[in-house]
This record gives sequence, C-alpha cells and structure tokens, in this order.
Amino acid sequence: MAAKKRKEIIYTILILFSILVVSMPVILSIIISTQTPVQVYSSPPRLTPSNHFANYPAAWKSVALGRMMINSTIVAAAVTAGKIIMGLLAAFAFTHFEFRGKNFLFFVVLVTLLLPIPVRIVALFAITSSFHWIDTFWGLIVPFLASATATFLLIQRFKMVPSELLDAAKVDGCSPMRYLFQILLPLSKNTIGALIVIQFIYIWNQYLWPLMATNSKEMRVVQIGVKMLINAEAMNNWGVIMAGVVITMLPPLLVFFIMQESFMKGFALASEK
Amino acid sequence: MQEERFPGHKLLPYLLILPSALVIIIFLVIPFAQTIFESFFQATPFGTHKVFVGIANYIQLFEDMDYLHSVIITLIFSAFVIFVGLTISILIAMLANQKIKGIGFYQIALIWTYALSPAVAGTIWAMMFAPATGIMPYIISKLTNGYALNWMTNSSAALFIVSAAATWKMLGYNIVFFIAGLQNIPQELLESASVDGAGPWSSFFRIKFPMLSPTVTFLLFVNMLYAFFQVFGLIDIMTKGGPGNGTQILVYKLYQDGFVNLKTGFASAQSLVIFVAIAILALFQLRIATKRAVYER
Repeated sequence: MAAKKRKEIIYTILILFSILVVSMPVILSIIISTQTPVQVYSSPPRLTPSNHFANYPAAWKSVALGRMMINSTIVAAAVTAGKIIMGLLAAFAFTHFEFRGKNFLFFVVLVTLLLPIPVRIVALFAITSSFHWIDTFWGLIVPFLASATATFLLIQRFKMVPSELLDAAKVDGCSPMRYLFQILLPLSKNTIGALIVIQFIYIWNQYLWPLMATNSKEMRVVQIGVKMLINAEAMNNWGVIMAGVVITMLPPLLVFFIMQESFMKGFALASEK
Repeated sequence: MQEERFPGHKLLPYLLILPSALVIIIFLVIPFAQTIFESFFQATPFGTHKVFVGIANYIQLFEDMDYLHSVIITLIFSAFVIFVGLTISILIAMLANQKIKGIGFYQIALIWTYALSPAVAGTIWAMMFAPATGIMPYIISKLTNGYALNWMTNSSAALFIVSAAATWKMLGYNIVFFIAGLQNIPQELLESASVDGAGPWSSFFRIKFPMLSPTVTFLLFVNMLYAFFQVFGLIDIMTKGGPGNGTQILVYKLYQDGFVNLKTGFASAQSLVIFVAIAILALFQLRIATKRAVYER
C-alpha cells in the first residue's frame, strides 16, 4: 500500500504542476490587472497582486465595454439557443424518419464542417449587405445558426435511447413532436449542457466576422473591444488592458463553471450510455 | 440510417430539417458558390464593374512570392499547433485520468482555459512577452546573460511566440476530448494486457493509442481548422501578420487582400485554394480513420 500511496502523491504533484503551467498566463493577467503603471514597468517584474482596482472602471469606460458586453451576451445566447433548437429538430428527423433525399441532406449538413467563414467570407459579406444586415444583430446571429456539431452530437444521443421507450410512447398514442420534447429532450440534458458550453464559448469568442459585419461603436462585440482597448491605451498600459481582458472572459467562464458537470458528462457520456 | 420509427409522416421530416437547410443554403452554400464564381473575375481599378479574367487570379496567386511565403508560414504554424499541442494534451490527459483523490476538481482546473478566446490569449501572451516590461524577456535575458528578445523586430521569434500562444489556447479543449477518449477504453482490456505482462509503454502504444484513434482523428481535424482559421484574432492582436510578413498566415493574407486592398477576386481565389487544401486533408484523415475503424466499438 505504501507504494500505491507514493504513486498517488507523485501523480498529484505532477497534476498540480500541469495546472500551474496551463493556468499561469491567466493568473499573470489577473495579477497585472491590479497593478499601477509604475508597478507594471518595474524591473525585475513584480509578480504579486497590488490593489490598483481603478484599472477596472478605467477599462470599462475607455472603450464603452458595457455596451459590448450586452451585445456579446445577446448574440451568444441567441445563437446558442438557435443552434440547439435547430439541431434537435434536424437530429430527430435524421434518426426517426425515412424520407427521400435523407442521405443528401445529411451530406449537406456534413459539408458545413468544411465551410468555415473564411472560405466564403467575400460573398458572405456581399449577401449579408444585400439583406441590409451589416451592423445589425441579424447579421451577427443568423449566419451562424445552422450547426453540424449540435446535429451530430444529438444524433449520437438519440441513437442510444432504447427503442422500448418509443414503442411504449406509441402505444400511448404519443405524437412525434411530443415524443421529441417530452421524452428525448429530458433524456438529452447532458448533451445539451455540453452543447451550451461549446456553442456559447464559440460564439462569444468570434472575432473575424464581427470585425467585418459591424462598424458602429454601438454594435461592436467584446473581442473587438479587446483590440480597441489595446489601441486606445497608449504606451501599452497593461494594467488597464488586462483588466479589460479579465472582464471579457468572465461570462464564458461563468457558463463553463455553471454547466461543467453536464459538460463533462455530455462528453464522457458516462451517465448517458 | 435506422428503421422507420414514425411511419406515415411524409412532410414532417422535411419541416424539421427546413430551418437548418435554409440557413445552410443561404449563408453557406450560396456564398461558397459565389466565391467560386468571383474567383474568375477582377474588379476594375475604380470598382465600377467586374471583368471576367479566367484563371488569372490563380496564376497570379502561385506567382506571388508573398503568397508562397504565407503558405510556408501557415504550414510551420499549423504543424506546431497540431503536433506540439496534441502531444502535451495527451500527456496531461493521461495524468488526469488517474484514480486519485480530487481528480474531478483537477480535471476542471486543467481545462477551464478552454473558455478563453484566441484574441484574449493573444493579448495575454503579448503582455507576457512585451519587450520592455514582460516577464518572459526578463527571464530569457537572465538565463542568457542579457540577450534582449524582441519579437517586434525578429520574425522567427514572433512566429514561435504566436505558435506557442495558439497552442496554449487549445490545450483545454484537447485535454477534454482526450480524457473522454481515455475513459471510454474498457478497463478489462488494460487489465488483461497487464496480466499478459504489458508494461506502461506497450500498454500505451499497443492499446491506449489505437483505441484513441477516433479521438486523435477528430482532434487533428479540429486543430487544423483552428490553426488555419480561428487564430485570426490572435494574429491580428499580437502581430498583424508582421514583423515584415513573418506571421502572415493564409487567413490573414486573405483578409488583407479582400478587405484592406479590396481585391475581391484575388481573395476569393485564395478562399478556394484553402478550401481544396482542407478538403483533401479531411478526406485523407477520414480514410485513415475508416481503415482503423476496427478499433472502434
């Protein structure tokens, strides 16, 4: 048993070391966000937190971060909800019905994985402009709504549901849509939890499309805010910039920590197998 | 795919797929077709109308030394992000797959940085490596007796730092999938192997790694897309493609040509070349994956 105990201690130390290495850049950014410019510029670099919390209101005001936080939240929440609802409907169709063109439609969904924004960006911009959607929420939300990831993960999940459930539901005269929302949906809550985390973070972190599809200050999102903050703070005032960075990473981290249990389960599929 | 479960509903499946299909056709398929079309045209100098130029954009592309340079930079960058990133991630995931006290907490602590954006990762790494004030140049200077690392002027250093930052940002994501993959390996398989006298190394290379091949295939694909496209924000914030054009990966050049220099036909041709490259690599990975499918349960 002593050998086993020693092994456990060695593993714990190695894991703690890995955690430290992986988290170090973020820890540093939090430390720097509490320092005055003089402390940031000291040599050797000061690695302990200070109490210059004035950096936070300074970052907030410098580039109107409040408005951007609201915009990013609206866009990320709307796209996440839309992707999951559309994924539920499509996955239900692919797993529970036979229809002409099914394989072709499945292929169409699959191909979307190969068409990320940059391979169609010039024309996507033109089409979005022709709808007069540049600099609107529509332009930031609608082009992202279809999701191969949501469809595939939900197909995987639906396939694991025992067919006895369906037989019993049919005996009771359950309609297809009721079966989807009252039986399949509650059974898929960990998959949906994982999808909420993946999609919210994915959309919150978008950069290229919001950079192009918006131009007024009122429609900018937080990722562009980070860039604007770097440009606004002359002499690389890292204290204020890091305060802004910390603010912008809070909402996705909040979603991650709230949903972490179903996120891990939805992936490992441990409880849903 | 599966047997018919709700017979007699002819219209319903189409209605269910309609929302997804509409978005895919309007915002993915049509823009992609349009991109192919545009790549055979060039705008006149004042942008008043477009002229059909055949494959001139493509010829221009492959004669453009800047473009070829950008291809090489992209290959170095993605190879680094994929291979260094996946190697570190699989090692950490194996540590995090041990049955020890508090492992659930440790796993979360290892993957939480996944929530950060490439732009945020870029900003933090730019701070860490800032020439006058950053911690890294200070450490390097102490270790080397005064070498002043300045990646604002040294393009090899810039490419290395940008690659390292991009790799770091993906660690959390990769570790999640590797942990999930490792947990799906049946315990009996590892036990019977250890009864047969397999040591830790052979149990890794003979059992764990082959069993993980679906995960590896998936992560290769995701990391490739990430290194080609998602890192745009990181590059834009850290280097803007510089110094010189030392970190100008393909997606950055595409953006520059299409939306800064307004050469839409030329940019469309670039989009298409990237698409073909991605599609070939994806097919290649899929072939390897299906060959190895015997390991999948």
